[in-house]
Amino acid sequence: MTTLTTNYLTPTGREEAWRFTPLKRLGGMHDGTAIVADRHSLALNSASVPGVSFALLSAMDNAPISESDDVIVARIRDFAKEVAVLTIAANTEVAEPILLKRTPGALDSAEFSRVLIRVENHARATVIIENTGDTHLAEDLEISVGSGASLTLVSLQEWGSKSIHAGRQHAVVERDATFKSIVVTIGGSLVRLLPTVEFAAPGASCELLGVYFATSGQFFEHRMFVDHKVPNAKSRVNYKGALAGDQAHTVWIGDVFIRAAAEGTDTYELNRNLLLSDGARADSVPNLEIETGEIVGAGHASTTGRFDDEQLFYLMSRGINLADARRLVVRGFFNEIITEIGDEVIQTRLMDRIDDELAKAGA
Amino acid sequence: MSTLEIRGLKVSVDTENGAVEILKGVDLTIKSGETHAIMGPNGSGKSTLAYSIAGHPKYNITGGTVTLDGADVLEMTVDERAKAGLFLAMQYPVEVPGVSVSNFLRTAVTALRGEAPKLRTWVGEVKGAMEALSMDPSFAQRNVNEGFSGGEKKRHEIMQLELLKPKIAILDETDSGLDVDALRIVSEGVNRAKESNNIGVVLITHYTRILRYIKPDFVHVFANGKIVEEGGPELADKLEANGYAEYVTA
Repeated sequence: MTTLTTNYLTPTGREEAWRFTPLKRLGGMHDGTAIVADRHSLALNSASVPGVSFALLSAMDNAPISESDDVIVARIRDFAKEVAVLTIAANTEVAEPILLKRTPGALDSAEFSRVLIRVENHARATVIIENTGDTHLAEDLEISVGSGASLTLVSLQEWGSKSIHAGRQHAVVERDATFKSIVVTIGGSLVRLLPTVEFAAPGASCELLGVYFATSGQFFEHRMFVDHKVPNAKSRVNYKGALAGDQAHTVWIGDVFIRAAAEGTDTYELNRNLLLSDGARADSVPNLEIETGEIVGAGHASTTGRFDDEQLFYLMSRGINLADARRLVVRGFFNEIITEIGDEVIQTRLMDRIDDELAKAGA
Repeated sequence: MSTLEIRGLKVSVDTENGAVEILKGVDLTIKSGETHAIMGPNGSGKSTLAYSIAGHPKYNITGGTVTLDGADVLEMTVDERAKAGLFLAMQYPVEVPGVSVSNFLRTAVTALRGEAPKLRTWVGEVKGAMEALSMDPSFAQRNVNEGFSGGEKKRHEIMQLELLKPKIAILDETDSGLDVDALRIVSEGVNRAKESNNIGVVLITHYTRILRYIKPDFVHVFANGKIVEEGGPELADKLEANGYAEYVTA
């Protein structure tokens, strides 16, 4: 244990990055007590397409493309000898979504997984990652979006009720490239995701969208960081969450850093939470750090509210019962982001799951 | 033949300064096929009457009864009142983000009829109702009342009146904010719905102009939480000429 990366401190819960996370429920992935299995659960689940390759490659030849001070990421990088690499070759336009799926894992050991998605210059693609079943997963997902390229990444946490998932999804976005991420977290015991973006060159843009729905006992944390370190990049963040049931807890952190060099930055982040019952807790912390005044715009908003009685009255006055009225309002609340996925089958499946969770929560 | 009977209805709302009584004993009987205009100055309690009958939680019923064909309306939940045959066209219809008009209407009509309508006939029904109100077909895909103009909101309310086929409909200032063309289209919709389903209509309005298009059988003047004068259509002409001054100064 002599490498630099192993010289990290186990979080105590007092650190800013960990102050909301129930460390005891992380399955030991943060403190080195987890039993790490040699599992590679990520598989390509769509037809092969020219210009698209997916393979498990040596970690030696595929070094990380970003730095991270996250202790779990450091442990993954220490452990992983192989990296699941998805490459979309330069100038390739993939019409159909590329589907990656994780096969069910195990609960007595953890998978430490490195994933690299490379979208080369001027390529365009949509990648959907489906996470289902029960597992313990620590994930270091890096995304490189080359010059003029465009990637839509859909990350679906449809886990079973026992899953623990700590993941970082870091995108490095090059000149004039576009990155859009849609994160959906509706299953799992504990899910902690770090959707982060670093603009490597001017003219790039990103859109980070997400929905989460936590019911009794679930902890879902989404912690964005958008690093505007070059001029003329644009970022938009819009996350919507709903909570129902005792001890449901969500955390949304939106950190945006506009460095001195990042003139012409345009950023806005929004988080809205809907508390559907008592006993649930939604933490929402937008945070802007600005080192230059020469920007187009920078703003954020955060709201947390309950059901709107006027909406429920309007629906019920048309004969719709209270449970169905609530269901309509919740669906409507999530609809704005779910429809961005653009796949009817997946959208219907997610909405049905949200209905089920809502019914189970009895909210 | 249905009858909505309101007897001695008293309603209060909670304010910072305690409960304030708004309706001070209202008596009114509406039968199928009848049109009643309730006219009165702003703040007289007309809208409170409408929302209290529909069951809005803000209003506390402190006295009196409301029955529909003998059934106690005040004991019913809001959706049960709609299922019993009551409809309220709202003055300020509420936005429901992310819920399309088409989904909303289908959910409502399924609830009211007890079963989902057959897709083919239903699509035709909605299309017909929209065309009759000169609404663009894209309207069905928009979110309920979100970004609707004042006129679009009112057309949407009257479209629901035509599709949901209530026994008794209360139209709360449906005429407000409408230009002459929209007023005519909306009024024709009300008349059509009324004739085809023999609906009893309560038309709440501040102005007489809608009465040129929807002819009332009875006119009730509402002031200070009560009906203070009743008559036939000729009473509306008197109000047109003299206004409400004699009722509010009392």
